[in-house]
Amino acid sequence: MIWVLVIVMVAATVASDLLQSFEMKRAGEQSVGARGVGRLLRMIVARRYLLLSIVCLAFSFFAFMALVQSAPLSFAVPASASSFILETVLAKLLLKERIGPRRAAGCLLVLGGVVLLGK
Amino acid sequence: MPISNKTVRTYLLLVLFLALRAFGNLSLAWGTKHMPETLAADPLVYIRSMLHPGIAMGVAMLILALLVRLALLSLADLSFILPMTAIGYVLAALLGRVFLHETVSPQRWLAVLLIFGGAVLVSATPQATTGRPEGSK
Repeated sequence: MIWVLVIVMVAATVASDLLQSFEMKRAGEQSVGARGVGRLLRMIVARRYLLLSIVCLAFSFFAFMALVQSAPLSFAVPASASSFILETVLAKLLLKERIGPRRAAGCLLVLGGVVLLGK
Repeated sequence: MPISNKTVRTYLLLVLFLALRAFGNLSLAWGTKHMPETLAADPLVYIRSMLHPGIAMGVAMLILALLVRLALLSLADLSFILPMTAIGYVLAALLGRVFLHETVSPQRWLAVLLIFGGAVLVSATPQATTGRPEGSK
């Protein structure tokens, strides 16, 4: 059951992050001042991919809630990082971000740590 | 606008995001472990659980964290933000140990070091690589 929750959580997170990053880059730079938050909220409603990303995020969140109820926090949070390598690869392929050797090495280190942490 | 200003803003948002998410997760974990029902596929149980103060506070903090992250994504690459927010995994282990009395083995602390190493490596790379039109608002 715990691993089913992890899989649902990871798949939904990956979809949500990619959609979010794609839409926010198209929107240009945003801030979180008093007016910035209002603008952000209006933008979320106006942009379809952003709404879709929030639906994915809700799925991922409910899976996380169920996970954190039965597993320790120090397992559940690192387990959510399994999405990490998949996202980096997709960020390169779909969002055309350039992943240099340092960034790739850093990602691998973080992943190694996350795997150890999850054991 | 000077580049350094944008960098400062990026790191400030990053710190805010990390704090909101770590304590939001902690509050949520504490709340779900202390609620009477077990969370399963029934959506009503999730909706009822939002009435628990620990869960409600956790959810509020995580929503704020999401808004901060949206702003962060507009400033920097996803592949920069993801490794930096990995510091959150370390915070989760720390908070789980201190507040929820979870056992954290030496192997887990080694993992913590690996994650920090990775995050530091990534922080030395350019934050945005895809480029976008100047002054697009």
